[in-house]
Amino acid sequence: MKLEELANQSSEWMRGQGPESDIVMSSRIRLARNLSEFPFIRKCTPKDRVAIATSVHRALDSLPLSADTEYVDVAKLGDLDRQFLMERQLISHELSESQGARAVILDPHERFSIMVNEEDHLRLQVMQSGLDLEAAWQRMDQLDNQLESKLTYSFNKRLGYLTACPTNVGTGLRVSVMLHLPALVATKQIDKVFRALNKINVAVRGLFGEGSQFMGDFYQISNQTTLGKNELALVAKVREVVPRLIDYERKAREFLVNESRQDLHDNVSRALGILCTAKKISSEETMHYLSKVRMGVNLGLISDVKIPTVNKLFIHTQPAHLQKLCGHKLSVTDRNIERANYLQLHLAKRPENEIN
Amino acid sequence: MKCQHCEKPATFHITELTEPSGPSVLHLCEEHARTFLSNEGTATPASALSSMLAKQLKIKNAAEELATADKKTCPICGITFADFRKGGRLGCAYDYIAFEDDLQPLLVNIHGSLQHVGKEPSNQTGSPERQHRIMQLKLEMKEAIEKEDYETASRLRDKISEVESGNESSWDNDALEDLGDDFQSDPPIV
Ligand SMILES: [Zn+2]
Ligand SMILES: [Zn+2]
Repeated sequence: MKLEELANQSSEWMRGQGPESDIVMSSRIRLARNLSEFPFIRKCTPKDRVAIATSVHRALDSLPLSADTEYVDVAKLGDLDRQFLMERQLISHELSESQGARAVILDPHERFSIMVNEEDHLRLQVMQSGLDLEAAWQRMDQLDNQLESKLTYSFNKRLGYLTACPTNVGTGLRVSVMLHLPALVATKQIDKVFRALNKINVAVRGLFGEGSQFMGDFYQISNQTTLGKNELALVAKVREVVPRLIDYERKAREFLVNESRQDLHDNVSRALGILCTAKKISSEETMHYLSKVRMGVNLGLISDVKIPTVNKLFIHTQPAHLQKLCGHKLSVTDRNIERANYLQLHLAKRPENEIN
Repeated sequence: MKCQHCEKPATFHITELTEPSGPSVLHLCEEHARTFLSNEGTATPASALSSMLAKQLKIKNAAEELATADKKTCPICGITFADFRKGGRLGCAYDYIAFEDDLQPLLVNIHGSLQHVGKEPSNQTGSPERQHRIMQLKLEMKEAIEKEDYETASRLRDKISEVESGNESSWDNDALEDLGDDFQSDPPIV
């Protein structure tokens, strides 16, 4: 598998399908695990790191899942490739920028990835388009069981799975849902909604930031605690909050339509107009307008653009993706020009230009 | 406006909603915003963790006691409690045992619990108590060899392989029960 092949396909989490996918981009579950025979990462020697990567690679090779996965040596990747995997959310910033032996095991459909030698020896993550946390957990549980049959995890009865940071100890589980909430941002309700959520111990954060709205109006909610409740209870805790957020966002969209359908129609159409005609455009500006277009499509105000296309453009217009797609390195100025070209190519009103 | 971490202009303005002190706004350049946002989104940053810890220790203890806690050292990986407080990351699984008293209030604060509920690995030979036990036995064996007490050394060698293979009969459970005594009362709700 070449990374270039990934560039042209749609990640699981960008598909724009699954329950509530007009508002919920993706469901994501991650587990932190450590191998008992090694110290945690901060006390690992370069030799330990190599030995961890080797044991994981060997364990993987003896499992059926190895047939369909790719073991990528991250230490051997160049800057651009590492940034590219980060933009696709297949590896973290920590894994990308740390030193020494480290790896990622990739599912070619990007439904899961396993990071080796991140903050913990293993970080397993499962991604699912739309709101489907239960399915994501089922898949995660199986993945974890397979690895566990070949590796000895650090575990004790009292504190569960032992992790490098005490914030992850116990289940090692992080359940998160990524939501697109442009109407709550536009009606300035977002802070109020999140203040209410914080009281029930769910963490919320702007995925690309929300202060300036230049970041696509994406938010991620996730569990804050990992010890003392079982995995399904933690999944349920996050799951419970989502319908409320969806409901708030739908009401805010309704409000915007009722207040002035014409203004809203004008606003989203102008956003599309800029994306279709700009000659150079930054990544922040792109996200800002793509967010409006996404809401416009979901409200039926824009009819000739498809949601999977918009989802894909959020990722494809990121710096490393643009450079991968055009095949060479680009300066910031050249990227802004290339980005404008790319947007025009995929948003101009010709259906044959839809990316599939 | 400049980025909080460098001289570049701040183009990202991120409201951090998870801080216990209420929402706070961060002004960052694109690069630092990416670093910040890709940091998984939810893990408490190491700095926040250590300040939480510092606050807690201040409430609970005098400076003197903090100094005592800071000097505690893990017999397996060698980090001190002070090392952990600075970086927010532990050095090995045994730190949860070695720094147990000092980590307890922190765990209660973060999770409101001190008892794991949920999934368990089918292979439970990876407990830090076992690692520690093996290390101790190896030390004892080395001492026995130095004293040329080969009978004891060979007994210890058998014991070690027993523990390593996970077949040791009674030790693990007894030790866990001993350790479990501290955790019988319900943890306070935070
Ligand atoms: Zn900066
Ligand atoms: Zn240690």
